[in-house]
Amino acid sequence: MTNNGNGKIKPKMTFWEKLYFPEIIHGMTITMKAMFRPKFTRQYPEERWNPPPVFRGRPVLVVEDETGVERCVACGLCARVCPSLAIQVQAAETELDKERYPELFEINMLRCIFCGFCEEVCPEEAIIMSKDFELTFSEPKDAIFGKDKLLIPRSQLEDRLEFLKQYR
Amino acid sequence: MARLTIVDDPIGGKGKTVEVENGTTVIRAAAEVGVEIPHFCWHPGLSIAGNCRMCLVEIEKMPKLAIACSTQVADGMVVHVNSQKAVEARKAVLEFILINHPLDCPICDEAGECNLQDYTYSHGPGHSALEEAKNKKSKRVSLGPNVVYDAERCILCSRCIRFMDEIAKNPTLTFVERGDRVYIDTFPGKELDDPYSMNVIDICPVGALTNREYRFKARVWETSSTEGICVGCSRGCNTNIWVRNNEIVRLNPRLNPEVNNYWICDNGRLDSYKHVNSEQRLNSPMIRKDGVLQEVGWDEALAHAADALKPFSKDEVAIIGSAYASVEDNYILQKFARQVIGTPNLSFLSHAIDGDEDNFLIRADKTPNAYGAREVGVVSPKGIDVSRIFELIASGKIKALYVMDDDLAASKENEEALAKLDVLMVNHWMKTRTTDLADVIFPSATYAEKFGTYVNFAGRVQISRPAVSTLERERVPGRFRMSRLDNFGSTFDRWNKGPRRNVRSSWEIVSAIGNLLGGKMRYQSSEKVFEEVAQAIPAFKGLSYAKIGYRGAPLSKGPVGKKSKEEVAVK
Repeated sequence: MTNNGNGKIKPKMTFWEKLYFPEIIHGMTITMKAMFRPKFTRQYPEERWNPPPVFRGRPVLVVEDETGVERCVACGLCARVCPSLAIQVQAAETELDKERYPELFEINMLRCIFCGFCEEVCPEEAIIMSKDFELTFSEPKDAIFGKDKLLIPRSQLEDRLEFLKQYR
Repeated sequence: MARLTIVDDPIGGKGKTVEVENGTTVIRAAAEVGVEIPHFCWHPGLSIAGNCRMCLVEIEKMPKLAIACSTQVADGMVVHVNSQKAVEARKAVLEFILINHPLDCPICDEAGECNLQDYTYSHGPGHSALEEAKNKKSKRVSLGPNVVYDAERCILCSRCIRFMDEIAKNPTLTFVERGDRVYIDTFPGKELDDPYSMNVIDICPVGALTNREYRFKARVWETSSTEGICVGCSRGCNTNIWVRNNEIVRLNPRLNPEVNNYWICDNGRLDSYKHVNSEQRLNSPMIRKDGVLQEVGWDEALAHAADALKPFSKDEVAIIGSAYASVEDNYILQKFARQVIGTPNLSFLSHAIDGDEDNFLIRADKTPNAYGAREVGVVSPKGIDVSRIFELIASGKIKALYVMDDDLAASKENEEALAKLDVLMVNHWMKTRTTDLADVIFPSATYAEKFGTYVNFAGRVQISRPAVSTLERERVPGRFRMSRLDNFGSTFDRWNKGPRRNVRSSWEIVSAIGNLLGGKMRYQSSEKVFEEVAQAIPAFKGLSYAKIGYRGAPLSKGPVGKKSKEEVAVK
């Protein structure tokens, strides 16, 4: 390669390259080889991907199947540790043994950077990273996920909980 | 006098020499040179119990470690606060305390301001040597209307018991049972309903005693704390105002040995800030057009007010100040009345409730600044008081009335009299019966939204600092105390969307009207107003915001203004 001085790069070719025709054959060979290799392209919308448990999708709140009560005690540590200040929690008192629950729990998914700190800091294993990565919104306010979108039954999150048990 | 040496360096060293009175305890002597010795049961405002053993220090020539809270100083004493022996002993004490202390900091309200948490962080081993399950005790015990007790968290320091015995002088609390089953309870048939009961929450070194109202409302690190003054009565207790999302979430007493020491009454703590957060707050100037109050801009409302006052002669106008408003507000108001209007009809209302007082903190006068309003001269030169003003209104001699920060329509007769006025102008922070009758309304800032000085019953001038931002006063560092979210959040955050109200300080409103009527009242800030007060009023001579500081300053003993005792309580 040589730089001719005005920003354009002019490749310096060998004799065989200058001959042009052998290079065409070389290129076509690569193409032919690739045609018979196994395909790893996914036909995405039709063909879904099930990520491995290590995958960090959007954070969700675990709800116990038997009782229908969320594990979260609204301690606010996830909101405190969140580097992008995406989480807002408002606690309130409940008659249950856990004494407090999140009256309001909101994650701004435009801010979330999927770092998983909230999962790591949670003393109750209540907020965990799910496999859900398909997040689309048409308006900023739609990106603020409240409890209606965050609460997920534990049975749907067994993979991640098992992963956390093993590796954390 | 005894001279002793406090060594806080872990490997010895020269230490700090301090000279104190004989009979002083080591912990106080160390505090004088800025060395904090960890402690739980010792509280500077209470008697010495010596039961937590956390303040163990090594004293040279003493055979064993001694507790700093009850050991008295001696001449030539050398105290090693952080020697290896002392630190290890405290570590062991902490481990004992933590044996049965639940690991529920994440759901505990005290987390973030907890002595046990702090000392565990600085001393603790970070793990427990015990494998046995922790003790189970009762949680969420209601000790009284405002205090909830968690027996598991309690470290049995007895501070609350001593407070009720010694300060509130109403022995209510006691230890029950023995050994690891011991807990705190009220005496049979008694309830923790003393007017000072909530101080036990502040002095509790852990989260065992919690505030029923503030419980779980906010985490400490989300809130900012601003030095304010309680406006519940004329004592003027020093407070910390805790704000989150531009709303006051709680009040705490702030140490001021001259006024309230470490304490505050429950009423002041719970009720003296409610009006700041109220739904009934006025949020825009209003003018009565065709019989209906309509929201208008500031300029229009001020011009309307000035025009409305012009047709009346000076005797037809009355001005009523307020003991709720600050010194600055009242000073500007009396200047407006004397220099711009020239009316003799100037007074303010007393809100004293006879008999509702005690010999500790609570005063009968339920306003923070009656002394100040009198001192700056919100007093008629002809001795006309509020009841006389109402008589003159009823007889039709007064046709226009300006009311600052007070509700006058408390009785039926007053309400009827106010309805007779040609023009009634009110500035107040809230919708009241007076504002319902008004022709012009200006929304004014509460004590928590402005810089203002208040003179308590004993003549002590104190500053209240703004804790809540308004539409005009942006929450920026340097002007406001900031919480973490204030510092790092953006304007797009929902937690920054707390209500910011369209209000101004009363002195700003009054001086703006005065300027429109040809007066010369231009000030940049309330500090500048106070500078003029200090020059014009002999009692305030030599005072400034800097001099008043965080602890307040007494009024000078010079010639004081005329005192009128004519104000009457409107029932």
